[in-house]
Amino acid sequence: MKTGKLDIHNVSIAYGEKKALQGITFEIQDKEILAVIGPANSGKTSLLRTLNRLNENKSGFKISGSIHLDGVDIYKDIAVSSLRKRIGMIFALPNPLPLSIYDNIAYGPRMHGKRKKSDLDQIVEKTLKSAFLWDEVKDRLNLQALKLSGGQQQRLCIARTLAVEPEVILYDEPCSGLDPISTAKVEEAMVELKSVYTQILVTNNTKQAARVSDRTAFFLTGELIEIDVTEKIFTVPNDPRTEGYVSGRFG
Amino acid sequence: MSSRALLTEKIAFFCLLLCTLIIVIPVILITAVIVKNGIAGLSWEFLTQSPRLGMRAGGIFPAIVGTVYLVLGTMLFALPVGILAAVYLTEYAKDNWLTRVIDIAIVNLAGVPSVVYGLFGLGLFVVFLKFGASIIAGSLTLAIMSLPVIITASREALNTVPQSFREVSLALGATRWQTIRHVVLPNSISGIVTGTILALSRAAGETAPILFTVAAFYLPRLPQSLFDQCMALPYHLYVLSTQVPNIKPHIQYGTALVLVLMIMIMNIVAIVIRSHFRKKKLW
Repeated sequence: MKTGKLDIHNVSIAYGEKKALQGITFEIQDKEILAVIGPANSGKTSLLRTLNRLNENKSGFKISGSIHLDGVDIYKDIAVSSLRKRIGMIFALPNPLPLSIYDNIAYGPRMHGKRKKSDLDQIVEKTLKSAFLWDEVKDRLNLQALKLSGGQQQRLCIARTLAVEPEVILYDEPCSGLDPISTAKVEEAMVELKSVYTQILVTNNTKQAARVSDRTAFFLTGELIEIDVTEKIFTVPNDPRTEGYVSGRFG
Repeated sequence: MSSRALLTEKIAFFCLLLCTLIIVIPVILITAVIVKNGIAGLSWEFLTQSPRLGMRAGGIFPAIVGTVYLVLGTMLFALPVGILAAVYLTEYAKDNWLTRVIDIAIVNLAGVPSVVYGLFGLGLFVVFLKFGASIIAGSLTLAIMSLPVIITASREALNTVPQSFREVSLALGATRWQTIRHVVLPNSISGIVTGTILALSRAAGETAPILFTVAAFYLPRLPQSLFDQCMALPYHLYVLSTQVPNIKPHIQYGTALVLVLMIMIMNIVAIVIRSHFRKKKLW
């Protein structure tokens, strides 16, 4: 029956009276890149924040339905901090903590009890390499992370998320503030990470979805309109609304 | 029409400047009068000796020590309670009726006249809890008076920490407390410390709350325990000014000068801490 890495079953959420997602059901396969596209207020970001439970601190947040990670109900059978360790998140704007590059990456592992300098050194090097940032910063790991450029900061944020060894990575419009070259580097990192991680990419840039994702889901006003192989969504979608959006007729 | 607008502009500018200057004048006058009359009274003996001859000679050492004890005692009680309450209110509390009641309570607490705190301290700490007039009763009274200011200042400092810092930490799997401990507090501690020092400096100068709870009219020996009475600068100043006939003015003004200097030093420390952290702050 349940086969995906993440199974989302009939999930609806609301903030007070305002409904953000309505009756969403789909699966996310292990180690795929799933792009989530849709116009503003389509519920894309709400979906991500529901998957790592960052929503639940908002006042009036209500959820029905169920979400399973490897068969475990993430709202019932798992501590929220261990869930978030397994499902990492990259935010729209790069948001390094006001610490050094090194301490930013070491932050997560330290919170999970890793204190040994040699372990942390290793994690910092490995994750910075995975995020294609190592060569640019290896000689100045003690530099304030906020002094890096926007694109470097975003790759640092990716490295920082990798440092807690998640299984799933959520990207919330990760390139919205970046120039095309930085965007290309972030996309390169995502494709490279595919062999190890399941990745969900919320993006306003349909071309980006087409470039990096295996499958694409199209959301509109809180509903899942269509989910399919990316190529199909962008060439012969089933729903006329999907076609209208990806061809740029609205959104 | 435009010349009229220009005139209005000039008048407005003049009024605004005038009002601003009016703020400065009393500060300058107070400082000038106190320094002019008090500087003659300042001496090593004045700072280190007990009053003699019915307080008409000698120094004010016991009052200085008493005020220091009271400030430290106030800090001991008010700091942890104030900061932890502020952390609870900004980081944990949901927007419900309980939180709103607490908010209203804090605002009202800040508006209570200080003499009422004094009576409250007398009733609760001195009489009911049987502490007697003592440093502990005075410190607790001053602490309760300082709490609203410390809580409000701390909440403001905590609120300046960007929400994104908290979310990043949580998204990495840190618990709420880890997030507070490692992200929120380090990035707001300067504001908290500054606000706290300012609240304490106000407490240092208060007379009414200590009047019935701790302050001794004349007690040349130093307090031996938390349950002793002590002298304190603001009350001593009151006594010198109203209860001691034929006293030389330089003793009164010297006492005022010492009190003002102590408070000023605390405020300067607060300013230095704030500017030190502001320079380091990147966001």
